[in-house]
Amino acid sequence: MTDTSGEKRGMQAFETVLSQQDTRVAEFEVHARSPLQMLQHFLHGNPTAVPAIVLALGVIVFSAIVGPRFYSAFNLSLILQQVTIICIIGVAQTLIVLTAGIDLSVGAVMVLCSVIMGKLAIAVGLPVPVAFAAGLATGAACGAFNGLLVVRLKLPPFIVTLGTWSIFFSLNLWYSGAQTIRAQDVAKGAPFLQWLGTPVDLLGARLTYGTFFMLGLVAIVWYVLNRTALGRHIYAVGDDPDAARLAGIRTDKVLFAVYVAAGVICALGAWALIGRIGSISPQAGQTANLDSITAVVIGGASLFGGRGSIVGTLIGALIVGVSRSGLALSGVDVLWQEFAVGSLIIVAVTLDQWIRKVSA
Amino acid sequence: MSTAAFSTTADNGAVRQPLIEARGLVKRYGRVTALDQADFDLYPGEILAVIGDNGAGKSSLIRALSGALVPDEGEIRFDGQKVHFRSPLDAQAAGIETVYQSLALAPGLSIADNLFLGRELRKPGMLGSVFRMLDRKKMQRMAREKLTELGLMTVQSINQPVETLSGGQRQGIAVARATAFGSRVVILDEPTAALGVKESRRVLELILDVRRRGIAVVLISHNMPHVFEIADRIHIHRLGRRLTVVKPSACTMSDAVALMTGARAPQELAA
Ligand SMILES: Nc1ncnc2c1ncn2[C@@H]1O[C@H](COP(=O)(O)OP(=O)(O)OP(=O)(O)O)[C@@H](O)[C@H]1O
Ligand SMILES: [Mg+2]
Repeated sequence: MTDTSGEKRGMQAFETVLSQQDTRVAEFEVHARSPLQMLQHFLHGNPTAVPAIVLALGVIVFSAIVGPRFYSAFNLSLILQQVTIICIIGVAQTLIVLTAGIDLSVGAVMVLCSVIMGKLAIAVGLPVPVAFAAGLATGAACGAFNGLLVVRLKLPPFIVTLGTWSIFFSLNLWYSGAQTIRAQDVAKGAPFLQWLGTPVDLLGARLTYGTFFMLGLVAIVWYVLNRTALGRHIYAVGDDPDAARLAGIRTDKVLFAVYVAAGVICALGAWALIGRIGSISPQAGQTANLDSITAVVIGGASLFGGRGSIVGTLIGALIVGVSRSGLALSGVDVLWQEFAVGSLIIVAVTLDQWIRKVSA
Repeated sequence: MSTAAFSTTADNGAVRQPLIEARGLVKRYGRVTALDQADFDLYPGEILAVIGDNGAGKSSLIRALSGALVPDEGEIRFDGQKVHFRSPLDAQAAGIETVYQSLALAPGLSIADNLFLGRELRKPGMLGSVFRMLDRKKMQRMAREKLTELGLMTVQSINQPVETLSGGQRQGIAVARATAFGSRVVILDEPTAALGVKESRRVLELILDVRRRGIAVVLISHNMPHVFEIADRIHIHRLGRRLTVVKPSACTMSDAVALMTGARAPQELAA
């Protein structure tokens, strides 16, 4: 119990309260704030402001250095295509991070689902809708397995998903026989699985259905988080699980639902992945894990839970895409791309810590 | 209304059934026994104060009644029926609302979100039933009304996160939530501990209001003047169990303090 009267235990409880009362007159004193504190407060109230500013700066800086090759409609649409997977998996990751968890298995779930969809449709010859549904069900099952371990056995999400990452990845290698299904075979046997790769030409930019699918997913999850009770409960559970439970929220159900939803979103990510690369490879999407966490953290979500937004994650994914593309076009070695992304994470987490220290 | 109307059965001979009746509650935390065969009775429409030293087990007692804690032993009857509250949700469904000592607010959520946490209002029609859309306008309006009624509208905006409020303001939010939704019983665990003099007054008036609506109130407080001013009966808790119940009219503040600190035995004063 939080009790303020620890040091006063010597007194009679009766006196304690009386003595407390006198000191409680000036409750709301206003103190002047320095510009830095004002910035801190502003960022505290507008958590997506930082990533939005960083993204704008990134675009300006790279446009200045690289020139039209960077800000051409063609290159910008390429960036959008590249961030599709990161963003979709990032959406799943955001849900988990909002509940003060972390999911290291998202990449493995995605690849496993893509392999199941592809193998069932092409090698086994099941109808494509059945194979697709089986892929979604696999995602849900993986999420449910993670969720069960976290909710029922009360294991830390980090450890659970570190374990299931290896488990799901091994299952993926076993089921696929470490074989890649070639793009032309997918196109012949199950073109629906590549549907999200269908290009659309728009004002000189070449987008794919996958980009719109990603934006649609972001919109839906934004709606759930901000306009439904479930969304409010997800924030509350991440913010203070005890308070949420005392307020009458079924925290176990909320947490479990979040893990299952994340699994299903990873399966949708699998669909987008097949659309993006055409083939189905058990080795694809290896970087999705860390990239998704990067997008979420750069997007302003707090790993301590209860803070963050889906729009932030979209912007975070774009920042990753912009810095990768900008550095590549500037002729910088690939290794410095990793360096830049790593630095971004550290800066983002530092900033989050600083903002959280805001004095109320 | 005289306080005599709310006295125990013994006084007027008429058998009144307690609204909440607990017998032999036990709760152990490792080697600490927070509740040690504790009994409890709350009668309809009364204000029952629960007093006791720090660590006497008052919070544990009311947490057992509100479903926040499942006792190891003992039974609880609500309206004469045996109940097993497994979670605060069960108690809420029975009409019992609680202001916990920890307040149970989600700091990152807005005032309005916190007031309606766990029982959000949805838009009428398809938007609400199919798309589950929250009626944010209505919740914000009701939240504003509720806080104004409480005299707590010193907050700048109903949409500001609770973590930007002072301790007293937060306490006000928690009290507003419980009194707005409690239909049978409102339990308050030290609701005025962080409040200023004026705000404490408002909360006391609010408690009297709640009783006027026919809702029973359990008030835990260390503030003897408050307790003696508004309580119909005083439950004195000591070392994890009910020591005795006294009537404020039949005993002085120093008597009560002597009882709860163990300086005096209860026989001489029992109501
Ligand atoms: N979650 C817990 N874990 C371990 N011990 C606990 C827990 N909750 C309460 N206790 C112990 O149970 C005893 C009774 O605590 P409780 O909070 O019910 O007292 P209280 O009468 O409300 O005191 P206060 O006036 O200080 O609020 C204390 O000794 C406390 O240390
Ligand atoms: Mg207490």
